[in-house]
Order: sequence, then C-alpha cells, then structure tokens
Amino acid sequence: MVVSTTPRPGARRGARSPGGGPPRPGRRGLARVTALIPVRLRRLGLPYLLILPAILLELLIHLVPMLVGIAMSFLKLTQFFIRNWSAAPGAGLANYEIAVDFDSAVGRGLLHSFTVTVVFTLLAIGLSWLLGTTGAVLMQGSFRGRGLLRTLFLVPYALPAYAAVITWSFMFQRDSGMVNHVLVDQLGLADDRPFWLIGGNSFVALLVTYVWRTWPFAFLMLMAALQNIPSDLYEASAIDGAGWWKQLRSITLPMLRPVNQVLVLVLFLWTFNDFNTPYVLFGKSAPEEADLISIHIYQSSFVTWNFGSGSAMSVLLLLFLLLVTAVYLMATSRRRSHA
Amino acid sequence: MREPRWLPWARWIGLGSLGLFTLVPLYVMATSAVKPLGDVQGDFSWIPTTVTLQPFFDMWRTVPLAHYFVNSLIVASVASVASVAVAIFAAYAISRYRFPGRKVFSITVLSTQMFPGILFLLPLFMIFANLGDLIGLELSASRTGLIITYLTFSLPFAIWMLVGYLDSIPTALDEAAQVDGSGPLGALLRVVIPAAMPGIVAVTIYAFMTSWGEVLFASVMTDESTRTLAVGLQGYATQNDVYWNQVMAASLVVSVPVVTGFLLLQRYLVQGLTAGAVK
Amino acid sequence: MRMRSLVKAGALLLAVSTSLAACGGDDGGVKEEAAAPKTLTYWASNQGPSLEADAEVLKPELARFEKETGIKVNVEVVPWSDLLNRILAATTSGKGPDVVNIGNTWSASLQATGAFVPFDDQLLAKVGGKERFLGPSLAATGAQGQPPTAVPIYGMTYGLIYNKKMFAEAGIEAPPKTWDELIATGKKLTKDGKWGLAVEGASVSENAHHAFIFGQQHGSELFDSSGKPQFDSDKQVAATKQFLDLMAVHKIVNPSNAEYANGTQAVQDFTSGKAGMLLWQSIASSAKAAGMSDEDYGVAPIPLPDPSQGGKQVNGMVAGINLAIFKHSESQDAAADFVTFMTSKQTQQNLNKAYGSLPTVTDAYDDPAFQSEHIKAFQQILATTAAPLPQVPEESQFETLVGTAMNQLFADVASGKPVTEEHIKAKLTEANEKMQAGS
Repeated sequence: MVVSTTPRPGARRGARSPGGGPPRPGRRGLARVTALIPVRLRRLGLPYLLILPAILLELLIHLVPMLVGIAMSFLKLTQFFIRNWSAAPGAGLANYEIAVDFDSAVGRGLLHSFTVTVVFTLLAIGLSWLLGTTGAVLMQGSFRGRGLLRTLFLVPYALPAYAAVITWSFMFQRDSGMVNHVLVDQLGLADDRPFWLIGGNSFVALLVTYVWRTWPFAFLMLMAALQNIPSDLYEASAIDGAGWWKQLRSITLPMLRPVNQVLVLVLFLWTFNDFNTPYVLFGKSAPEEADLISIHIYQSSFVTWNFGSGSAMSVLLLLFLLLVTAVYLMATSRRRSHA
Repeated sequence: MREPRWLPWARWIGLGSLGLFTLVPLYVMATSAVKPLGDVQGDFSWIPTTVTLQPFFDMWRTVPLAHYFVNSLIVASVASVASVAVAIFAAYAISRYRFPGRKVFSITVLSTQMFPGILFLLPLFMIFANLGDLIGLELSASRTGLIITYLTFSLPFAIWMLVGYLDSIPTALDEAAQVDGSGPLGALLRVVIPAAMPGIVAVTIYAFMTSWGEVLFASVMTDESTRTLAVGLQGYATQNDVYWNQVMAASLVVSVPVVTGFLLLQRYLVQGLTAGAVK
Repeated sequence: MRMRSLVKAGALLLAVSTSLAACGGDDGGVKEEAAAPKTLTYWASNQGPSLEADAEVLKPELARFEKETGIKVNVEVVPWSDLLNRILAATTSGKGPDVVNIGNTWSASLQATGAFVPFDDQLLAKVGGKERFLGPSLAATGAQGQPPTAVPIYGMTYGLIYNKKMFAEAGIEAPPKTWDELIATGKKLTKDGKWGLAVEGASVSENAHHAFIFGQQHGSELFDSSGKPQFDSDKQVAATKQFLDLMAVHKIVNPSNAEYANGTQAVQDFTSGKAGMLLWQSIASSAKAAGMSDEDYGVAPIPLPDPSQGGKQVNGMVAGINLAIFKHSESQDAAADFVTFMTSKQTQQNLNKAYGSLPTVTDAYDDPAFQSEHIKAFQQILATTAAPLPQVPEESQFETLVGTAMNQLFADVASGKPVTEEHIKAKLTEANEKMQAGS
C-alpha cells in the first residue's frame, strides 16, 4: 500500500542545470565542503539523508528498545534482577513455554485474555465502521444543521482519553450512574440494577466506551472519502434510473473500499493494543470478562514484577499482529489486483 | 444525487441517534461539573438540583491543572510539528526516489506501529537514563524525552499518510520547479509542501491527538514538573475522595481549546485524510 | 541550488532539534542538582486529601530541615497510581530520587531488588536506635534476618469503625466483640436502603489485606516455611469465605460495593451514613471533609476469633509508610540526615497529626493529639494484635494475584452466582499457580 509511482531519476538528471545560482555569502564554507563530495554520490545519498532522522528516531525509540525487550523475554527477570539485568539468569524458552502452556493458569489466562481481545477488536472495528459509515452516508447532501452535527460528532475524538473514559466510568456506576438511572429508574427495563464495571457487562461497558471514542475517526475518514467521489458518477447512474439503494451499493460502497482497507487496518492495530481505555475504566486489574491483552500483559509484568514473562507475552502478541497485518495486506492487495 | 422521500426521515433518525449517543456523555460531563460533590456522589439526576461553579475554582487547587495543561500543550505541539517535519522528508524520499532499502524502510516503520508499548517501556526508560548521562541532556523525566517518544509514536502513520498524499501530487510539479533551478529539496520546500498542506495539517492533528491522550509512557516518564494532563487528571482521584465534579470541570476546560482548534482545522483534516488514504 | 535546499533542510532540522532541547532545558537543570551535596530529591506518597495539600503539609517541615542542616529538599508528591512504576523505573535505571516513601507492604519486594540502602546497626543508631520504633511497624520493613532497607514513618492499622448515631438508633450499645455479634449488628443496621458494613470490593489491595487478616484468624499461612505460596489452603478458603459471606450470605454489605475500586467509595458510604460499619484504616481526613466530627464515629478492634478455635489472635495488619534511601543516591549522608529528621520526635508529631496516622516512634506519643480516643484505639491494635504481611519478596505478587481473585469473587457474589468453597478454592488455586509460574 505504500508502493507509489516514482519519477525516473534519469529524466531529472537531464533537467538539472549544474552549478545553479551563485552561493550566498556565509554558506560558502559549507558549499566548499559538500563540493568535495562527488555529485553522483550526493544524489545517491539524498534519499538516505532524507530518511535519516526518521531512522534514527525509530532506532532510538522503537527498534533498540524492542530488541532489548525481546532479549528480556529470554531472561528470568524478576525483582531480584531488575536493578542489574546482566545478573539475571537466562530462562531459555521457559517464559514462552509457560505463556503457551494452556494447561497452566498463566497460559489459560493469556489465552482467555487473547480471546477476549480478538472478540473485542472485531466488535469494536465492526461497530465503529458501521456507525461511521451510517453517519457519513447520511451526512451526504445538504440539510440544515449539517455543520453543527459534524462538529458534534468529532468532539469525542478530540477529547483527551482520560476525560472521555472517566466520564463513562462515572455513568456506568451501579448506584449513582446515568446508565442504570435510565434503564432501571426511567424505563423500568430491569428490576435489579445491573453492574457494568464488574462481571459480564463490563465487556459491554468497555466496548461502548471504546466505540464512542473511535467511531468519529471512522466517520471522519469515510466522510472525507465520500466527498471525493465524483458527482457525475451519481448523475450518470441516476439517468440510468438507479435509486438510492442501488447507488449506495453500486457506487458509494465500492468507492469507499480503498479507504475501508486502510481504516480497518488502522483500527485493528489501535484497538488490539489499546491500553488507555481499559486502564482508566477498570484500573490495574480488569474484570476477567474484559481482560484485554494490553492490561493482562501490564499486570503480568509491571504489577507482578515479572518482566521476562511479560516480555515473552508481548513478543507473542507482536508476532500475531505482524502475521495478521501481513495476511491482511496480501489479501486486500490481491483483491484489488483482481478488481 | 436523487433523494428518496424516506431519506430525510432516515437521516433524522440515524443522525439523531448518533447525535444522542455522542451528546449524552458530554451532557453528563457538563452537568456534573456544576454539581456539588455530594450531589455527584449521590443518585444521578439529569438536571442539577443545585448549580455551583465552585468545582471550576477548586480544580486549580486540587491539582496544578494549569501547569499540566502547559506541559501537555508544549509536548503535544512540539512532538506533532517535529513528527511531521521528520515525516515529510522521509515521505518525500519514499514517494520520489527508488533506492535500495526503500521497501525495508517503509515496512519496518509501519510495523513499529504494532509494537506493544509495554514491551519497550522499561527498556526505553533505561536507554533514556543512560543516554541522558552520556550526552548530558535529561531525557528520562523531561519534556524532551517525552517529545522524542511521542513524535516517534505518530511517525509511522504520519509517513504512511504523507507518502500517499505526496504520490497524489503530480511529479510534473516538482520537475517544473527543478527546471526553474531548484534542487530536489528546493522543489520539496517550495512546491511540494505547499501543495501537500492539507495532508500535512491532517497528519499534524493526528500526531497532536496521539500525544495529547497518551497515558502509559507519561505515567512513568514524567515527574511533578513535567507531568502531562493525561496523567495529571488522575490527581483528582485522591486517597480520600474522587472529586468527580472537578474532574469533569477540568476535562471540560482543558478540552475547550483543543476541541476548538480541532474543529477549526477539521476541513484540512478531511481533505488530508482522503488524499493520503485513498490516493 | 541544491546546496541551498540542503542548507534549508538542515536549518529546519536544526530548528526542530534546538526547540526540542530548549523545551527540555529548564527541567534538565534541576535534576542534576542531585549530584550536589546540599540538595536532596524526595518522593513522598499521597497521604492527605490531595497532592497539593500534601505538599503544603511537608513544606514547613522541609524548611525546618533546611534551616537545621542547610540541605534543601526537593519534594515531589507522587500519586499512588504512579508510585510503584516510578520506583521500578528508578530501580532499573539507577536514576531517581535520593529518598522515597514506600508502602510498607512493598518492603520485602523492594528490598530484594537491592536498590535500597540497608539500615545496618550503625545507620539505625543514627536514627535513634531500633528501640525507638514501634515493634510491629519496624517488623514491616523487610525480610527477617536481613537488615531492613527502610524505616517506618507513618503507622496505620485496621479497625472496626462504626457510626455512633446509627448504632444508637438501632439500639446497639457497644461495638461487636465477636464475628457473630458483628453479623447480628450488621443485620440490625441493614434496612431502609442502609447497610451494616461497607467494603471496597474491587480494590486489589484492600481485598488482599483482608485475605491476610482473616487468613491469620483461621491459622492460614500464605507462604510455607520454604517460601512456597499456599494461597489455596483450606484455611485460606474458609477465611475468604468468611469475608465474602458478609455480602453473599448475611447480606449486610451492599452488593454495589463489589464495584468499588478506587479506595474511597466504601469510606464515602460510611461517612454519608449509607453504611454503619467499616473495616478500615484511619478515616480522619475523609470524615473531616465529609463534615463528620470525631464524636460521630467510634473505633474498635475488628472482632478476634475465639481462641479455642485455633488460629491467631490477629485483627489488623501492620499498615503504613516506610522511608527508604536509594543506593544510587550520591548524597547518602544527607539522605541519612533526612531520614533522621523525618523520624525525629517533632517531625513525627507534626506529620502524623496532619495525616491522621500514628507516629512510629514511641517518644512521639506524649503529644496530646495522640491521646484522642481514635488514635489510642488504633495504637492499641497496632501494638498488640496487628501482624505484618508476609515479609517475602513475592509479597507484591501475592497482593495482586489474591486481590484480583477476590475482586472476581465479589463480582460473582454481587451478580448472584453461588460462591461455594470449591469455587473459591479454584480461584485461589489459579492465583497460586500463577505465583509459582512467576517464581
């Protein structure tokens, strides 16, 4: 998807006039130094020079720490050794063996958390996409209050995560929350006040909170994409007598496919790794039913001080994400080439 | 497009429910912010029985809110601008040049988006601490460290989006500029960047929002003087009480500038996102 | 021409990086002062109503210290949500404060990291000698047989806190002395939307503490003599059930309490009169904030078990805050001076008075503030029938695993699922297995 068209370097070389204008004073020193580098080398080096800052930053923040993290996963890194990692005994594959031994409590817990996360991710993406598409499609055309609504829809995305999630946790409280006030006191749908922050419903609470924060992003992307669909497509099909539904199915949705591919992937990666929402909603120990993998790993490493085991779990998670993304990219690009 | 007769109804119902879904928590936030603490802790009521503005005064005292706000603003602004600056150069290289390692670079950068933060939080902290000693620059509990971290967080997506956006700008444009005597970088600065402005603004907003809400790294890598809002707001939950009304008031107040800015720039966001993603 | 663009690009990057540096510059300088001998960095824990309030309480004391010794202390009050992570990060990187407050239940776990200065006899002598400190508080400073790596500064323990007015209205004359009496009392109080007792049912640490206290009463030891966890012993299961049954069987606890997680809601239920009793540490500042005066509530010991049933005569856990010195501190002497100051009679009196906690040195008790009914009740419990949590390195894992298991059990109870002994045992066995896998 990153692949792009590239101009032929040869054409560019011919177009350039060597020498250019006279260098301004003050830059002469630098110009003299660079003049020593052969022109070809400079030209070859330019793209590398351009990506250099990005490479350095990625190395510093992502790659090197991640390699360290992978190394940690092969160590028995408990509180006895965190001060001096070199003293930590090697664990070989023990951390991985425990994590995938589904007969043990640790493995079962991880598997359970993984399952919860997969279900959560699928539902969260599906719902965010559905709400976003509905909103974007219904926003087409002009009507009164359109600008106001669009503004309103974007507010949850612009709100700091903590503020948004803490508000939901406040609304989900059993005795003094808004949700039960509406469901039980006002609508009389239940006799007994349900729990939302513990037990089975906590999954629903997590999902609602997450979708509330995320669907505006889907909405925003899709709305933008809709604006790019040439209106003559609609006009032509209207002449052919196509109705609204037919247009939705034969023009709108197909034209949204490229955006959807990007959107789904981005949402997948965000949702699967999301830490903020469960952490603010439930704190350091989430209810079993809403035990997302990020919180689970956090508990397995930071809270119980077993960084080796937590790192092993993270590496497994990373491998899974890489695999899914690769398969997804291959599948979507093949479909595109078939189309 | 021809609109069927039922569409206004569907629109009314569909957008109405979405609007309600969006609005209710915001309403709860706003009304809780003007209730006394006792009322907030008691049974929920849609309309506040007692309206007080006290939470809006108390919130500055319970937590050094203004200080956290400034920290967040500095960190998020510098991180997003720097991230986009770095991303533009990288995206330009990927979009306009074919060079060995190009594909490896794009894929590696994109895949860092998948790294679970928990995996590299502690190693990163260690690296910062040691590097800080080495070069004499405080990284482990400073805004600088947080800025560098956040700018890298938004980098993969920023590069990805900008590559898409730059690809949509005809190469004839920069070639023309080069005929006029600019080097490739001159073309980038003079022609490509202005043409890519909507995309750049969109990515800047994205980068800003990424930094603005981050909790995990901020909780370990900041101290009292550098703490950001995302973490600082937790200060309203103290040993004795959770000051719900103050949390809500503070959330409202700190969100107003961000939401306003976001809404002012949303036009660019829409333009930028499409071109970048659709290409 | 390309030159010019390169220069431009370079200038842009330079501008970015200098702006980065400029942003960090102001906070960068302060940190390095740790190297100078006359400045200490101190991380305090949140003891009062807010971070700011704590800073206000500490300020005059630190000013007094600076006046006495010339050592300036930069204090940061770290919220509980961040404190352990910050300590972990400091431990891992060797970069952090000189002196830090730790929750005393973390003592042995943090001691095992080797990141803290051991208080050997010489250092203990400097802070006034072992004998000055309250025995139980000092016992919660590290593993037995090793020099402690922290000294206690604020003491606390659990008591049965009861609402005098509600007791009088229900015709109850004295706080319950036995568990059966507690249940009967709770039943009398539970009516008209009010409840006998409030618990913080989704708080990992509260649950873990109660698991320990009632486990002791049943004669359960969480770790055997070789340090192996035995969270799922029959005794521990019985202890857990005893606590859960307050909600499940006797119905004197509001099921809503099962979602109370932030450590303040049970207290709120109590101070707002929604619940008549509370098993808690000092609630002085919360009560004050809620407009409840000292005369409105009483403090009694949590009922002890019948001695003939076996088990231990324990009804409280030695809670509190310890003060530790990081080994990486470059100002060890100044840090030791500061610990001496913090445990001095005057400072102990001032700070514990402000926080409603108990002084950890015996000579501080002559202040009339510590002769109040509540303080004396707590002090009596702490001195006689409180036990420290197991001082083993795995203590923090125990709290997390058992506390989490109990959160889930409370959730099950609240949602009406029958919580049998088998069910409890299964949950605790799971916690036990996870504990073993980690060690």
